[in-house]
Amino acid sequence: MFGKLTLEAIPYHEPIIMGAVGAMILGGLALFAALTYFGKWKWLWTEWLTSVDHKKIGVMYIIVAMLMLLRGFADAIMMRMHMAAASAGTEGFLPPHHYDQIFTAHGVIMIFFMAMPFMVGLMNIVVPLQIGARDVAYPFLNSLSFWLFVVGVALMNISLGVGEFAQTGWLAYPPLSGKQFSPGVGVDYWIWSLQISGIGTLLTGVNFFATILKMRAPGMKMMQMPVFTWTALCTNVLIIISFPILTATVALLTMDRYLGTHFFTNEMGGNQMMYVNLIWAWGHPEVYILILPAFGIFSEVVATFCKKRLFGYTSLVWATAAITILSFIVWLHHFFTMGAGANVNAFFGIATMIISIPTGVKIFNWLFTMYRGRIQFSVPILWTLGFLVTFSIGGMTGVLLAVPGADFVLHNSLFLIAHFHNVIIGGVVFGYLAGFNYWFPKAFGFTLNERLGRYSFWFWITGFFFAFVPLYILGFMGMTRRVSNQIDPQYHLLLAIAAGGAVLILIGIICQLLQLAVSIRDREKNRDLTGDPWGGRTLEWSTSSPPPFYNFAKLPEVKDRDAFWAAKEDGSAFQQPAHYAPIHMPKNTSAGIIISAFSLVMGFALVWHIWWLAIVGLVGMIATYIKHTFNDDVDYYVPVEVVERTENEHFAAIAKAGVNHGR
Amino acid sequence: MRGNKQIQPGWLLCLAALFLSGCNMALLDPKGQIGLEQRSLIITAIALMLIVVVPVIVMTFWFAWRYRASNTKATYTPDWEHSNKIEFVVWTIPCIIILILGVITWRSTHALDPRQPIASPAKPLVIEAISLDWKWLFIYPEQGIATVNQIAFPVNVPVQFKVTSGSVMNSFFIPQLGSQIYAMAGMRNQLHLIANEEGNYQGISANYSGHGFSGMKFTAEARSQEGFEQWLAQVKTSSSSLQFTDYQKLVEPTQNNPVAYYSTVEAKLYDRIVNQFMGHGLPGGTQHQMMEMSHEDAMPMSHGNGEHMDAHSGNGE
Repeated sequence: MFGKLTLEAIPYHEPIIMGAVGAMILGGLALFAALTYFGKWKWLWTEWLTSVDHKKIGVMYIIVAMLMLLRGFADAIMMRMHMAAASAGTEGFLPPHHYDQIFTAHGVIMIFFMAMPFMVGLMNIVVPLQIGARDVAYPFLNSLSFWLFVVGVALMNISLGVGEFAQTGWLAYPPLSGKQFSPGVGVDYWIWSLQISGIGTLLTGVNFFATILKMRAPGMKMMQMPVFTWTALCTNVLIIISFPILTATVALLTMDRYLGTHFFTNEMGGNQMMYVNLIWAWGHPEVYILILPAFGIFSEVVATFCKKRLFGYTSLVWATAAITILSFIVWLHHFFTMGAGANVNAFFGIATMIISIPTGVKIFNWLFTMYRGRIQFSVPILWTLGFLVTFSIGGMTGVLLAVPGADFVLHNSLFLIAHFHNVIIGGVVFGYLAGFNYWFPKAFGFTLNERLGRYSFWFWITGFFFAFVPLYILGFMGMTRRVSNQIDPQYHLLLAIAAGGAVLILIGIICQLLQLAVSIRDREKNRDLTGDPWGGRTLEWSTSSPPPFYNFAKLPEVKDRDAFWAAKEDGSAFQQPAHYAPIHMPKNTSAGIIISAFSLVMGFALVWHIWWLAIVGLVGMIATYIKHTFNDDVDYYVPVEVVERTENEHFAAIAKAGVNHGR
Repeated sequence: MRGNKQIQPGWLLCLAALFLSGCNMALLDPKGQIGLEQRSLIITAIALMLIVVVPVIVMTFWFAWRYRASNTKATYTPDWEHSNKIEFVVWTIPCIIILILGVITWRSTHALDPRQPIASPAKPLVIEAISLDWKWLFIYPEQGIATVNQIAFPVNVPVQFKVTSGSVMNSFFIPQLGSQIYAMAGMRNQLHLIANEEGNYQGISANYSGHGFSGMKFTAEARSQEGFEQWLAQVKTSSSSLQFTDYQKLVEPTQNNPVAYYSTVEAKLYDRIVNQFMGHGLPGGTQHQMMEMSHEDAMPMSHGNGEHMDAHSGNGE
């Protein structure tokens, strides 16, 4: 009846896990009680959960990403503490069974459930506004993507309290992840949370690809798109090409585990090397999926806060396109030590180095945007400066790892760990936090507290160097990744310093949360009445903050790059049009959340081999989808009076605040 | 480029200071030729890249300070967005550096190819390494002995490691001697190393393989020729023998396995271990799945099927 699921699946004997589960349940109950007490369920359902508004979906993505940042970071700090203890001659506090789940979960959460949704969230909020569109191309698909992603998150977190998570490393290399060596449900949780959220990501890719190509404001040529939109376009191209590889590869592993096939097993002609190649054929583009939008954010931030046109726009766009293409021919650098010939290794090594050329060009473009600018040291630019310094170092260690001869001693060492955290924290996370501070007023209508934002930045960046420079050195000392006990005592000092660095990052994260809390408290004081708090250059700043649900009462006409800046220059900005037309908008739908709920049922049932329930889930998904396709009532027109009323309020606010013409 | 020449020695000194300053930096204190070549490769590559990285970091601080909003004396050109000169420089310099590094990469990758034998008057010693859950089994086919979690070899004699796995993927690595290579079931990988200094070096698995992974350590003893002979004699005194049936018991997962010696070992056990993952009594079709990782591998194929596929065929060697 319940497949492999019994009460023993709950890890009662693990106090750390039960504590975490208890906290999650309490948090959930508190939220439930609060919603019930304030009578907000209906509001939540109609305004948020069933919303197809790209801005609200974006906000929900980022809320989940931040929650997952906390969980992923809790894993990180436990690992750092444990390693500091386990290198001092003690056993540490995490047995291998638990430690191995933690480093697997940390990687999976940070990449799939923190960085990806943060990026998709920012893209959701910003891209339609930047291109002067009223929503994405497929609003229902957008809602479905989000909820499928949430199901991935949910499954992964259920594994904490029911059963176990994978103990294989975040990419689950077979044969270790095969049935023979991992008979438990951990890898199955990994499989289904990735598969379900991965479909969501793929749909997002298709959606935004279509949106950017087809829904730009009248007159906006490709080479007039803001750089963030360009990087989003390239990222979505990468998603569309690479995520099917992930889905197919994981599906083959699933067949090995569920149907007894031998794609990647040791026996019967299975080939583990094929898996490693395939997973990195997705995995390497994946890191560019994450970093390209961060590059886009830095480009926007640096131009805005230097009060200057972006230097070398064309060169930046071509560099982005070059990286997009090159990212598909470098995957083998993740396993030079597998035994390929020298020609193969050298080819992939050199291809990898070539990527550093367009990346280097980008860095110089940002530097020369600063050159002869008027730099306002607001929080987003601090993150950008921190990025320029940190990322240069991370890029250098990356090119070093691309030299096969060097990689043969540095592969899988803590040097590698330091390198990819250097580029992911120093590039991706710094970028997204810059974007968070930069676009927050656009999404919510008030600016974030500058002082706490600065504290957060300084703690993060100092913490980063304290946490990861020791790891670079440990790599040179020959320490490999993923060891959890009986760690050589000579590594202790550096591991202890690294743990201290993690504490500094923790303080940075706390400052971030305080910044949010304090800013919400002081929101009336920091209202952004004009919609243009920074003296922005691109179209998202031309509408109110937060934008009306239809984004633009009148679609903007674009004649130049930095369209809004140009409008401010020629005086056409902040002018209320004489009359409005009705606006065609999509209606909210509950299909996305219901389909996803069924997919959660299916995923959970498949993990535990509860076949009847899996069928219920699958049939539910398909039936809901079919029912949705028969629903013709998906759109409506916003009447002119509503538009007029909303716009009049906005222009009254602008008049009260006075406009900021940038310079 | 004169300025660059000035930067390099400074950073080399810094690096030198770094590794002299205490921590036992295994990779910067190698004890064999391969490791030494890798160290100088690492230092050269870092020095080359610092030619770009140092100016970037300096420019970040300099521009940020010079063009701060409060410095109204600094030039301000809000619409300046393009300069062919600057574009030329920022594309050309990285291109030149990557060109140089690319040439170095091409050459060093071939020179340091793990299956490349090390030029030496001495005849290489063959050691077969098999990763198991969670220990290393070593077979000396020419000496007819086997050990667990310990190896010894004479100093200044090249060692040819033949590496495979009896379970999941691992990576065979002795940090102070240089390169590592993956150990994979049914695959034959090769690694040539040499120790130029006597000493006991730590060996590890550098690829996570499950709960007992942390304990997959072994010692690699580089001894004088006499010392090596003594060690061999000591192993020979062991009463244990390693036949395939004993191997099947050894395959059972253990953690922090103690060192073990076997005075005799079944002939061609390594081949049998590799080949057990092939075919499984299926019709001949699956035998061509055999992955031979090396052209030079002298080991005859025990199943008598001379036709095999090379894992890196088609790379023009």
